[in-house]
Amino acid sequence: MTFDEIQKQAIAEWGALEHSDKPRIFIGSATCGRAAGAGPVLEAINTTLAQRNLKATITQVGCIGLCYTEPLVDIIKPNRPRICYGNVTPEIIPQLIEDYIINDNPRPDLALGTIGEGSMAGIPKLFELPMLKPQVRIALRNCGIIDPENIKHYIANGGYTGLMKALGMAPETVIEEIKKSGLRGRGGAGFPTGLKWEFCRKAPGTVKYVICNADEGDPGAFMDRSLLEGDPHAVLEGILIGAYAIGATDGYIYIRAEYPLAIQRLKLALQQMVEYGLLGDNILGSNLSFHIKIKEGAGAFVCGEETAMMASIEGKRGMPRSRPPFPAQSGLWGKPTNINNVETWANVSAIMQRGADWYASYGSEKSKGTKTFALAGKINRTGLIEVPMGISLKEIVHDIGGDIPGGKRFKAVQTGGPSGGCLPVSHLNLPVDYESLTEAGSIMGSGGMVVIDEDTCIVDIARYFLSFTQAESCGKCVLCRLGTKQMLDILENICNGKGKLEDIDLLLDVSKQIKAGSLCALGGTAPNPVLTTIRYFRDEYEAHINEKRCPALVCTELISYYILPDKCQGCGICLRSCPSEVISGGKRMVHVIDQDKCIKCGTCLDVCPDRFGAVVKVSGEEIEVPREPVPVTASKPNTEA
Amino acid sequence: MTTLVEADTKEKLDEILSHHSGKKDELIPILQEAQEQFRYLPSEVMLQVAKFLRLPESVVFGVSTFYAQFKFFPTGKTMVKLCRGTACHVRGATRILEEVEKNLGIKPGETTDDLEYSLETIACFGSCALAPVMVVNNNVYGRMTPSKVTKILGDNKQR
Repeated sequence: MTFDEIQKQAIAEWGALEHSDKPRIFIGSATCGRAAGAGPVLEAINTTLAQRNLKATITQVGCIGLCYTEPLVDIIKPNRPRICYGNVTPEIIPQLIEDYIINDNPRPDLALGTIGEGSMAGIPKLFELPMLKPQVRIALRNCGIIDPENIKHYIANGGYTGLMKALGMAPETVIEEIKKSGLRGRGGAGFPTGLKWEFCRKAPGTVKYVICNADEGDPGAFMDRSLLEGDPHAVLEGILIGAYAIGATDGYIYIRAEYPLAIQRLKLALQQMVEYGLLGDNILGSNLSFHIKIKEGAGAFVCGEETAMMASIEGKRGMPRSRPPFPAQSGLWGKPTNINNVETWANVSAIMQRGADWYASYGSEKSKGTKTFALAGKINRTGLIEVPMGISLKEIVHDIGGDIPGGKRFKAVQTGGPSGGCLPVSHLNLPVDYESLTEAGSIMGSGGMVVIDEDTCIVDIARYFLSFTQAESCGKCVLCRLGTKQMLDILENICNGKGKLEDIDLLLDVSKQIKAGSLCALGGTAPNPVLTTIRYFRDEYEAHINEKRCPALVCTELISYYILPDKCQGCGICLRSCPSEVISGGKRMVHVIDQDKCIKCGTCLDVCPDRFGAVVKVSGEEIEVPREPVPVTASKPNTEA
Repeated sequence: MTTLVEADTKEKLDEILSHHSGKKDELIPILQEAQEQFRYLPSEVMLQVAKFLRLPESVVFGVSTFYAQFKFFPTGKTMVKLCRGTACHVRGATRILEEVEKNLGIKPGETTDDLEYSLETIACFGSCALAPVMVVNNNVYGRMTPSKVTKILGDNKQR
């Protein structure tokens, strides 16, 4: 079959679905949807349809990015727009199906919004909601919309036309087009993609490799997983275009073993490509022959570094080596190799489908296009977002994320994972592009964005990241291997109240040495979380060191729990719940915590009824309380029902 | 040293090796498949793999110990994994971990004596928006709370 025939068939099938007289039900079934309970919701849909003897087409789609309101279910009835429902539970399904599918009441109270053309009274348009309005979806264009397991859905939505266009051009022209788009590597470093391709194209040799880096190891990042689970062909088309431009014959996708669903969908997608002649020898009758293999990572963060990744593909320990030679000259098995990240590849296919000028119309001067971020942490609307470069952090945190839950105070936003940094409230107007973030001491990174509020201890966060990089250091470079350990020890001392005044300067000094003395970016960026937190939150470090106080009340060694005698009602809940049995008291007696034996687990604070509020957590101060239980004198709170 | 106590271990390993051609870059995939089969990498299996790939045993051992995925002691039938990613960390993963430790009576990296449960912490599952996250075998549980631990794992405090 020629591509035109495949495309015609795909469009016809998609059109038949669009105009189907049966209702269509979509359920977000990416890993995050499943974690939120999409499985039982799907079961409830099937059961209800069977009981009511209704026919409907059910499609499992990827993630549309509204993780905070998962599980998500969309329903399309004939001649009606697609309506997206959030926070769907198995219990609500029978009612929803009865109300909307049978009785034609779309339940605006449950609906989030409508997707695509057409409108519905009382229901907003989904992409006009504050969470989605500032977003521009290029890499994630199909996620949550199409069936990721059906190549025809992708083709019917413009899929593989970018490849067709590329095959009609000279490889050098394709590279020029990518250069013109201004696309830079989305793995974090931001190297211009077209230039990288050109180096590899020009390198002598007939055997060349292309690698897709899907070893998304940054804790707090899930863009690549969502993309591969929601629209694998967008990435695969990009890889084919790259292979053609560079002149590569074989490709590898290096993906974390922690992403089983993404691996499963990739494997299926590769099979479908072979069936349609989009993979193998003489792709679609052209002179491009290309094969793709999947390599599963085995749990080593450092393998996200390109030279370590190549060692791992070759079956060796994944340890980075010095560059030059760069992979474009001597990469996998000594052959010229080009490595790009998942998101970069998905952008490549969009650029070839719609043109470099269109792409470059988004973004800022030096950072073109869009960037996906995994927005998580202490934020109301967690999710996967895609925004034009140059947007401010404030727009992301405030408009898209909907601020901090529980009215808490914003403290920092962490970008770039263990290689990035924490940016404070003073930097909320910072535009999100490669240069601005680097200047502020953080990095763009692959796109993890974790929001931190006043209840998060900044020193503890730095310690957390160092414990991660220290454990993941491959051990090759002395300064990375031992320096991160030294830094971790110092940070642990500070968190445990054993910090010394000179520790801050020592941390800064060791950081400088590690950055200078590490071969790869793991060591080169490992001190960033510490450096930015010292730069912007030095007072918190000083409070830990000088006053032995943790302002966020997180560091266990520096906090204490007390039961306030004027509030305690002597109910005994805390006494019964205390796992280390260090609370004494009796009926109608004020309870007392033995401070010497308390393990500071916080159970007493959790279980003390809100209407009493007798347990408090403090740091850096002692509260005067009786040493032994005394009779309760507090009057019963009148809020008690 | 662990030996081939189960009679069919060799058969199972041969079955795995029969899908491979003996190229050196197959080392990690073979070890992954073997671990999937045996729930850990018995020494005998690693020796056989070395022979099959014509690699020094030290290389097979060196590679397998480099990657966090590989285990050298039998692991439990039920694998409980706790995410320690950034989002999970700031949303209280430490408390969830403590609760699981209490429930199963083991620390991360350990297995219960009856080989029923193993506990591990993982850098990040990439389900950050649903933090904190716990994975039991292949089932992902999001928005975890200490009280959900017992609901999911059952009460194992008597183990």
